[in-house]
Amino acid sequence: MKKNEKATDAIISRYKAGRRDDLIPLLQEIQEETGYLSEEAIRKVGKLMGLSTTKIYGLATFYDQFRFTPRGKYHLVVCNGTSCYLNGAGAIVGKIKEELGIEPGETTRDGKFSYELSSCMGGCMHGPILVVNGKYNLKLKPEHVQSIIDMLRKESEKL
Amino acid sequence: MLFSITVNNRKITAEKGETILSALNRNGINIPTLCRMKDFTPTGACRLCVVEVEGRENLVTACSEPVEEWMNIRTHSPRVIKARKTIVELLLSKHPDECLFCINNLDCELQRLAAELNIRERRIKGRKIKPGIDQSGHSIVKELSKCVLCGRCVRVCEELVTVSTLDFINRGQKTRVGTSMNQDLNFTSCINCGQCVNVCPTGALHVKQNITEVQEYLSNHDYLKVVQYSPMVPLAVAEELGIKAPKDIDRILNGILKKIGFNKVFLTGTGTDIMIEALAEEILKRTDATDQSPLFVSACPAWVKYAEQSLHDELENLSKLKPPQQITGSLIKTILSKQLGIKPQQIYSVSVTPCTAMKFEARRDSMMTKGICDVDSVLTVRELVKLIRLYGIDVSGTEGEAADEPLNVRSALSVLAEVSGGITESIVRKIFFRLTGKDADRKMFRNIRSGGSFREAEFAPGGRKIAVAVVDGLSGLPRLYQSIASGRKYHIVEVMVCPGGCVNGAGLQVCMSKEDLKNRVKQIYQTEESDILQIETFSRHLADFRGKYLDKDELLKDKKILHTYFSKRDVLL
Repeated sequence: MKKNEKATDAIISRYKAGRRDDLIPLLQEIQEETGYLSEEAIRKVGKLMGLSTTKIYGLATFYDQFRFTPRGKYHLVVCNGTSCYLNGAGAIVGKIKEELGIEPGETTRDGKFSYELSSCMGGCMHGPILVVNGKYNLKLKPEHVQSIIDMLRKESEKL
Repeated sequence: MLFSITVNNRKITAEKGETILSALNRNGINIPTLCRMKDFTPTGACRLCVVEVEGRENLVTACSEPVEEWMNIRTHSPRVIKARKTIVELLLSKHPDECLFCINNLDCELQRLAAELNIRERRIKGRKIKPGIDQSGHSIVKELSKCVLCGRCVRVCEELVTVSTLDFINRGQKTRVGTSMNQDLNFTSCINCGQCVNVCPTGALHVKQNITEVQEYLSNHDYLKVVQYSPMVPLAVAEELGIKAPKDIDRILNGILKKIGFNKVFLTGTGTDIMIEALAEEILKRTDATDQSPLFVSACPAWVKYAEQSLHDELENLSKLKPPQQITGSLIKTILSKQLGIKPQQIYSVSVTPCTAMKFEARRDSMMTKGICDVDSVLTVRELVKLIRLYGIDVSGTEGEAADEPLNVRSALSVLAEVSGGITESIVRKIFFRLTGKDADRKMFRNIRSGGSFREAEFAPGGRKIAVAVVDGLSGLPRLYQSIASGRKYHIVEVMVCPGGCVNGAGLQVCMSKEDLKNRVKQIYQTEESDILQIETFSRHLADFRGKYLDKDELLKDKKILHTYFSKRDVLL
């Protein structure tokens, strides 16, 4: 957590105070670095911009790209574009929900898994697509989900 | 520049630069609006004010469109009426059918619109929004399902109150009015002023009701039920009941409160007087010692919360004296329990105010004496009127009664506390009286009685110099700081969150125009001038009161129970 705070401070120090047009790039950069927008980060950004945190939260919730809870150790992204959806992305999502017991945008209690839906990733001929920490799994079937998650669990236990 | 335009085949005059809506209203043509608020920039969000302009393909929102010379407008053509009706039907499609049980029943703009547009069936069925009731706050309740997203509360909170606790969260269908990180109101930067409640067209934001608990206690014979009310209340009750205030409305209200079932009726004004006297003393002490820091009056509970969360450096300059309601409350419990030989816990103390933030104030830890609340329940004026109606009390047939000893007299000055700048004026006048033996001329205070959100003046009572600043609504705060930064020194700084002061409180009937508000302010000044207890006579009374109660009592003598403390609050600003 300390690491995140330091990273946030470093990013904020590169921006000028009161320039509201920088708000979205700033939030994006913080999210990229720390994985999410924490209460503390929003508070600091608010101070820098001279805006109330409600305004920043309102703006950030307008866009799908921002999240407010930390990502899990393994972050899964399911493509929910039209093509993947028709190829059965819905069943994949259902399986993930069943396996992890969380909704899109949430993180499991042990902090290991989080998942979210994404709009089309452009790989329509390979769908359904599941991305695990940046690694693409193509032409997925629901039964694959189980084995992927089992594998990740084992991997995390080893560490 | 004036020119004429055609509206519904009739010529009317319009002024260059104004909106279509203002031209229509000036000429007596009414069209429905929902998101519009006078004196705010129009947003055109609800689109209820649409009109047909010849030559334009689409309907035009009258609230935001500037009027132009060539315009030929139709305000109630079939197309316009159909559009308006559909808009309201769409708003209602998601609205819960709870009107009969809603707090705003018969006092709801959405209800009125539906009736005006003659909507008789649920033509469009939408998915209902979850209730999402937020009851965490002591003053304000938020009910998401009743929200129509007009954005009035968001704009008031940002532009008028300048706290920005509320904003639109999420997007599209999921949009709702919410707070930072979805916190409940009690944990946010909300200062409980209730200005958002005043502008909410439905029951989505409303004042927390304490009627039920008051009723319960009223029927319980184990308690001594007492009530105090602030000087504004009698006038406001008359206004809310829709009657012209009779001359002895104060005495009649005492009678009404007794009929409702309160054993004793006291005046908050006495507490105000004690506060003003103590503040005047404090100021005199400070000018003697040439203390440079200003004294911030802490009578406005919303301002106190604002200072606690945003102005940590100013906290020590905040007056440590309890606000009038709490002074009166603590005096009631200490004096009465001694007089009647009962425990303070057996006294149930209610306060009636025009303020919503006082509900919060009464619940503060720092507003207790030995673990017992100074004031147990706070009712707004509107709640009191509900009680009056509930118990079927005939106001015109009620005989006037005097308030009860010992807190039965208030001075003319205490009335001024209800308007912005009033407390400052009272303190200065008290100092004048102290030093010169005469009341100051009222004309001297013209500069702090009106004129913008930041007002300042200087007085010279008895050779001393007293500089005062009045911040009327938090939007005047930046100017105060500019002024202080430029080297100005003030002895007294008074901040009121509601523009205009308590006369604009959210516990009163909503003031829809500035004229209404001015009227109320005028009434207060008139009451002050015509009151028999002017400063001279009252000073003698207060001295009596001190000798009889305050100086005798050990507890009251050291005045500890009249003092409070403030602490920093850590909220998401």
